[in-house]
Amino acid sequence: MPFVNWLKRNLVVLAGLLTLGYLLLPNVIVTVFSFNKPKGRFNYEWQQFSLDAWKDPCGVSGLCGSLSLSLQIAFWATLGATLLGTLIAFALVRYRFRARGAVNSLIFLPMAMPEVVMAASLLTLFLNMGAQLGFWTILIAHIMFCLSFVVTAVKARVMSMDPKLEEAARDLYAGPFQTFVRVTLPIAAPGIAAGALLAFALSFDDFIITNFNAGSTVTFPMFVWGSAQRGTPVQINVIGTTMFVVAVLFVLVSMLAGNRRNRQKA
Amino acid sequence: MSTLTEAPPPLAPQAPEPKPPKRRGRWTPYWLLLPGILWLVVFFALPMIYQASTSVQTGSLEEGYKVTWHFATYWDALSAYWPQFVRSVLYAGTATILCLLLGYPLAYLIAFRAGRWRNLIMILVIAPFFTSFLIRTLAWKTILADGGPVVGALNTLHVLDVTSWLGWTAGDRVLATPLAVVCGLTYNFLPFMILPLYTSLERIDGRLHEAAGDLYARPSTTFRKVTFPLSMPGVVSGTLLTFIPAAGDYVNADLLGSTDTRMVGNVIQTQFLRVLDYPTAAALSFILMAAILLMVTLYIRRSGTEDLV
Repeated sequence: MPFVNWLKRNLVVLAGLLTLGYLLLPNVIVTVFSFNKPKGRFNYEWQQFSLDAWKDPCGVSGLCGSLSLSLQIAFWATLGATLLGTLIAFALVRYRFRARGAVNSLIFLPMAMPEVVMAASLLTLFLNMGAQLGFWTILIAHIMFCLSFVVTAVKARVMSMDPKLEEAARDLYAGPFQTFVRVTLPIAAPGIAAGALLAFALSFDDFIITNFNAGSTVTFPMFVWGSAQRGTPVQINVIGTTMFVVAVLFVLVSMLAGNRRNRQKA
Repeated sequence: MSTLTEAPPPLAPQAPEPKPPKRRGRWTPYWLLLPGILWLVVFFALPMIYQASTSVQTGSLEEGYKVTWHFATYWDALSAYWPQFVRSVLYAGTATILCLLLGYPLAYLIAFRAGRWRNLIMILVIAPFFTSFLIRTLAWKTILADGGPVVGALNTLHVLDVTSWLGWTAGDRVLATPLAVVCGLTYNFLPFMILPLYTSLERIDGRLHEAAGDLYARPSTTFRKVTFPLSMPGVVSGTLLTFIPAAGDYVNADLLGSTDTRMVGNVIQTQFLRVLDYPTAAALSFILMAAILLMVTLYIRRSGTEDLV
């Protein structure tokens, strides 16, 4: 039975591709329904092909405002978390010091904590301090939960880095600052970039922590959440499709760039 | 910083040093750590303490709350909401197992069988991350809609009869049932399973497979005795990365479920943001946290791996 044999050999491949299909199915649906013209408020049933939403993605009040707010928060949260996280990662990899274990657990715990617990406790703090909930409380929270992920990403890269390269730089009379900028930073850059990218994605997409600490401020995920109750405009699917396409293109371009650089080196 | 921390360079080449080279001053690591650690102490550790104190307070929203060491809140919360706790563990556990079963073949495919398609498949696994997960979860409403193709097919195959009998679905509906919630949870946390699995599978030396084959192991034996044990770090971190967030999630239960599928996250969210009963909410999140930390510790001990990240 050649077919059965073929099936046996490729069972893993088939199962893997099925999972991939499961992962991508919602994205396909989001894309298809971005061309829908729904009759009622809810965009759950296919009615008729239309480009209306694509022509006017900001046509729903509040949508693009929330989108730009989310992008701003994600930008500053990425900047803050990447800066603080990179410093911590360097300290952890490059130095032995007391309290290293305590620092390591403090980094690990936010990743091992359900988001809702962190969200609720942070809200308790803000309520106790009498803080005004809004942009700043969201930003503080986002930097907090992105930090650990940046540390992990940067740490992995710095750990695999040969300290001899820095010693060599110093032997060639580079000062500490010069060594850092010309040798250390370029080698650590891919780890830092990966951490920053992760922080951006996490912050931009966060709903649970934001939901607790946003007050009446509406970020994009909160807009989507609200619209799930009121009726989802097609424009949300347009934005979702665009985000997916942009992400794929971004990764493709960076991969191609990486390939070319490797080829030039070889 | 440099004036205070500069140490004289070593004069002569020394014997191979122990791994972390000690350079510059003793204070440099603390300066590097200070801002980030301060951030985590103030906005992560301190809030936990505040929450612990809130959970033993009594009072009302109008008159204010006072710490009265009222531990009964914990007992009351647990006895009122234990079904939601059980449900959270059950749903998150099922979703984790499903993620492992679904994710393992895909991680294996990317690591060993994808060849030149590897990068493309990797992109397709990561890219959905960038479409808001809420939008994607809402798409499941369309996919599982009553009378839609999925429900229709399951009905024709009489699957829904069985699942309804088991209590996973209700009648010929999938939406607003436990099955839909578990499906959403599995979908949402699947990438968190695939990526660590892939990382640990990729580290396995391909020659080990050949060696197993040379020693007359059948493919299934090779998998059981070589591949799977070597991928254990990935399995452990994948299951943790799936189970922990799934147990605290309330989005899937809210969007795809009904009042009968509420999880502990839903209760915490309602108590905190709508009922404004802060002590109960704080006690609930502490119980959830403690339960998860306990389970995670036991699990790590049993699986005997400390290599988490």
